[in-house]
Amino acid sequence: MEVEYSKDAEMEKLLEDLKNSNVKKEDWEFHDNYKPVYSTGIGLNRKVVEEISEIKKEPDWMRRFRLKALEIFDSKPVPTWGPDLSGIDWENTNYYNRPDEVNSTKWEDVPDEIKDTFNKLGVPEMEQKYLAGSVAQYDSEGVYHSLKKVWEDKGVVFMDLDSALREHPDLVKDYFCKAVPATDNKFAALNGAVWSGGSFLYVPKGVQIDMPLQTYFRMNGEATGQFEHTIVVADEGSKVHYIEGCTAPRYDRNSLHSAIVEIYAKKNAHARYTSVQNWSKSVYNMPTKRAWVDENAKMEWVGGSLGSKVTMLYPSSYLRGPYATTHNLNVSLAGPGTVKDTGAKALHLAPHTSSRIIAKSISIEDGKAIYRGLLRMNKGAEHSKSHVQCDALLINDNSTSFTYPHDEIYEPTATFGHEATVGRIGTDELTYLRSRGLSEDEASSMIVLGFLDDVMKEIPMEFAVEMNRLIKLEMGKLGAVG
Amino acid sequence: MPELKIKDLRASVEDKEILKGVNLTVRGGEMHALMGPNGAGKSTLGNVLIGHPNYKITGGSIVLDGIDLTNKTPEERARAGLFLAFQSPVAVVGVKLSTFLRTAYRQTHPEDKVSLTEFYDRMKVHMKKVGLDESFMSRSVNDGFSGGERKRFEILQMVMLRPKIIVLDEIDSGLDVDALKLVADEIRDYHSDDVGFLIITHYQRILKNIEPQFVHVLKDGRIAVDGDNNLSLRIEEEGYDWIKN
Repeated sequence: MEVEYSKDAEMEKLLEDLKNSNVKKEDWEFHDNYKPVYSTGIGLNRKVVEEISEIKKEPDWMRRFRLKALEIFDSKPVPTWGPDLSGIDWENTNYYNRPDEVNSTKWEDVPDEIKDTFNKLGVPEMEQKYLAGSVAQYDSEGVYHSLKKVWEDKGVVFMDLDSALREHPDLVKDYFCKAVPATDNKFAALNGAVWSGGSFLYVPKGVQIDMPLQTYFRMNGEATGQFEHTIVVADEGSKVHYIEGCTAPRYDRNSLHSAIVEIYAKKNAHARYTSVQNWSKSVYNMPTKRAWVDENAKMEWVGGSLGSKVTMLYPSSYLRGPYATTHNLNVSLAGPGTVKDTGAKALHLAPHTSSRIIAKSISIEDGKAIYRGLLRMNKGAEHSKSHVQCDALLINDNSTSFTYPHDEIYEPTATFGHEATVGRIGTDELTYLRSRGLSEDEASSMIVLGFLDDVMKEIPMEFAVEMNRLIKLEMGKLGAVG
Repeated sequence: MPELKIKDLRASVEDKEILKGVNLTVRGGEMHALMGPNGAGKSTLGNVLIGHPNYKITGGSIVLDGIDLTNKTPEERARAGLFLAFQSPVAVVGVKLSTFLRTAYRQTHPEDKVSLTEFYDRMKVHMKKVGLDESFMSRSVNDGFSGGERKRFEILQMVMLRPKIIVLDEIDSGLDVDALKLVADEIRDYHSDDVGFLIITHYQRILKNIEPQFVHVLKDGRIAVDGDNNLSLRIEEEGYDWIKN
């Protein structure tokens, strides 16, 4: 019971914080006036791609890869099977903004204005408090990276991908775009052509890192694109938790975020990837995230998709070895005027593999939340199992949610199940809580927290608090809820 | 001594008038029973008293200790010391019973800085008294509770939140004989000069366990008859037909 108590005390504090917190969009929607030292200007063509490669002094194979990816990008149409993407201004987007020559391991070396921005977002503070390592990216490039010495000594590599390409070229080449080839989709091809920044994390065999490592992505410029590429390699028997946070100012003109995340969980490894995305409502968020999960390895995706104008995101796990498992927990908040088309893919390619997917969405006002999932059980994936649960909470009468699960089952011994629920914050529930003295705000926060309970338990407290604040903020703006 | 004054209260649901001028005063130390046939407006009165937004007050007033609650929100009424045990309490998935009660207590008694541990200890004592296992503390509010468990939890909330004027809406439904006894004991134990009760019930059953001093019969939106507990006995035998509107 004592354990129970401490959890309650935490929850109590959380609710207290919520009550006292006066979060404003300006807390992260501000922008500084830092001018990039180099920019390719607007538009995308061969010259821009070559320019990016040249300024980065990349090996020839990477330059050729980029150009090939550009051809693929040009040949693929904009997908029309999902949300409306006509607001992406391909012509007038700035595909590369280099903030500074410096990419330092000391905060002191980071230009003041950029440093202030990260300070306001609490990044250095988080690093000190609970991280094993940290990378900060500003527009197109990493500006800071650090890793605690104890992990460096054990052979862990953690830095932005550009630095890794210079310092560990062979290691990067082994994994770059293996799980997500440029041919995968238009946005992956775009990333292949103009990628810049992102993290490279390599955890050697048997090394188990007990504190998370984090990268914070900040987009500052208007009508810019951020195209980071992140690679996490958890070698055999290792354990790692990698976290990403993202924010951007709000502008009138739309920005584009099109990242690639590749995760390699080798035999017996345990990898966890947590991301909390809070892009402003002028950002199209189109990342491709995929994990290769080998024998007896475990991959966990934990995601909070809070901001952006449109998000399309379906983290995928390719269960390639026997007894590989994946868990996928995702919370999507579709605020007013936004679309969250999110979900998960689990591909069972070996026997005794298992997947568990929990997707929760909250739609506010005309926000639209869509669950889109793929479950594939290949012939030969004997005795594999999967369970998918989708829960939607609709806050207002005009809020909507849709569920599109897609199953491809070719193995007769495989088992799988789907559950889906749609709920509303009902007048009766609100009145019940209010009749015990809770204000309308507290009552609806409590109902939302309750709805998210099984996911909140899985994410670090700091992120849970952050998510609750954002949810409260989105709901608070509406005045009367119900 | 607290005093709830209901004066000429009129209320409607979806434009249909249900309460047509109810007059009733409940003071500390008193135990009132409100009886009446189905559709008389008994539950409406409970919901109107707590300020359920689906019920519209069209006239009259609700005053607690001189404070006019007629146009107040449910939380303002709760903080003023009014409590309704719902007839069909709703489930709130994922909200832990203990967290909920603690939060509610802090809202209704901001001056009391009782520690979490102390509060939970107090809660366990009363859980035992109403017959709820301690494991319920970490369950979601009313989620998967049986009808009887919901009613026990309503009574637990009542004693923990320490209201002054309490309306119990059909608290006896869903309770077996033993559970009814536990609940009735808890009600009697909580009753004092500082606490007044209004027990809404269709049957006389609970009134054998808790003997009210005052019995009122609500019929067609008005109080048609007042009396003492003998009135409830007569209703048990003869029903409501003899009562004229």
